[in-house]
Amino acid sequence: MLPVPGRRAAGWGGRRGLRGRAAAAAAGWGGGRLAMRYNERELLSLARQPAEKAAEILMRVPKKGSVLKKRLVKLVVNFLFYFRTDEAEPIGALLLEHCRITKEEENVFSISFIEEPERKYCFECDSEEQCQEWIEALKRASYEFMRRSLIFYRNEIQKMTGKDPLEQYGISEEARFQLGTRKQ
Amino acid sequence: MKLNERSVAHYATCDSPADHAGFLRKRVERHHHHAHHHHATSYQRRWFVLKGNLLFYFEERESREPVGLVVLEGCTVELCEAAEEFAFAIRFDDAGARAYVLVADGQAAMEAWVKALSRASFDYMRLVVRELEKQLEEACKSLAACRKSPRRSSSSGRKRHLSNPALLPLQEKPAVLENGYSTWGSGGGVPAGSASPGVSPALPESPVSPETACFSKLHSWYGQEIMALRREWQERQKRGHP
Repeated sequence: MLPVPGRRAAGWGGRRGLRGRAAAAAAGWGGGRLAMRYNERELLSLARQPAEKAAEILMRVPKKGSVLKKRLVKLVVNFLFYFRTDEAEPIGALLLEHCRITKEEENVFSISFIEEPERKYCFECDSEEQCQEWIEALKRASYEFMRRSLIFYRNEIQKMTGKDPLEQYGISEEARFQLGTRKQ
Repeated sequence: MKLNERSVAHYATCDSPADHAGFLRKRVERHHHHAHHHHATSYQRRWFVLKGNLLFYFEERESREPVGLVVLEGCTVELCEAAEEFAFAIRFDDAGARAYVLVADGQAAMEAWVKALSRASFDYMRLVVRELEKQLEEACKSLAACRKSPRRSSSSGRKRHLSNPALLPLQEKPAVLENGYSTWGSGGGVPAGSASPGVSPALPESPVSPETACFSKLHSWYGQEIMALRREWQERQKRGHP
């Protein structure tokens, strides 16, 4: 990828130096209109962390003419990384927020995102069991899911014991942990 | 490395509430290969939005797309002795990684940001959730211990199919009844206060054991039985029992 003159990402774009619009256009990915910088280096470092779940799975991306390819798929916090099976660095990452995990046909599940439900990342597992395990794991993988769990447990503990369990952490007032203030 | 940027940007701008938001000035990092040039430190004012473990920043508050994102895993947040007052830095474990230096408008704003950012990681959230899971289990156990005698009741018709009530479809919210008791089941809850023993869940002698980390078992408690037990327990507390 040739850097566009005068468009060096000033240190925020990771070691590659070029992210955003030009890169997106070069990759033919996602319409190329977005120029959002992100700390790719940290994301790559995250991809090397111990995974919640990892397996070699056949994967197809929602791009025209794309076919199923064997990938190493790795779930770390709320990101799903996917690698060529013999490479140390991921080809890509999916942030798993506001996504829908759907069981498709046998052994197959898909990930799509709220704003574009027809664009599906498809995964074909070795078995139905593996498929179900991944569906369960991915549904639990979002930060939003954990937040809902936390609010639920907090509320239940409060109802049962009359005490707010978050007080000992000094975080009971934080917006993120409040009941009823969140839409989802 | 590709990222589902459009979805990420959508997450940034959709109406799910932010964990924190506000203006910050961010230090512009310049490459230092022009050693003989004098480089002045400059800052850009941006609108920052924290959602979960993601820190987005926008050119303007009204901007429809973020210009940048900082993924907040494996970082520390510390005050820094920059030339600027109210400055703090997000640093990553990676030795070669740059720090993100941010400047708040005042002391209170700086403290609020540092607090919010240092607890933003997924790992931290996961720790707290696990801790609360344990506490809930213990609360159930001690409620069980308060019971005078084991009750025999018919097995529950109110079995929860979900192992975790938070595992609902995205759009679903718990229905909150007037008495404040919220129910997560799609069938709706029975209003608390109406005692109907026939609907009570099955209660074996030790319903919650260390192996019962599975919350489908715990959820078979959530019915009239629990409400009654809690009232009993609270009454005893009021009467000065330990």
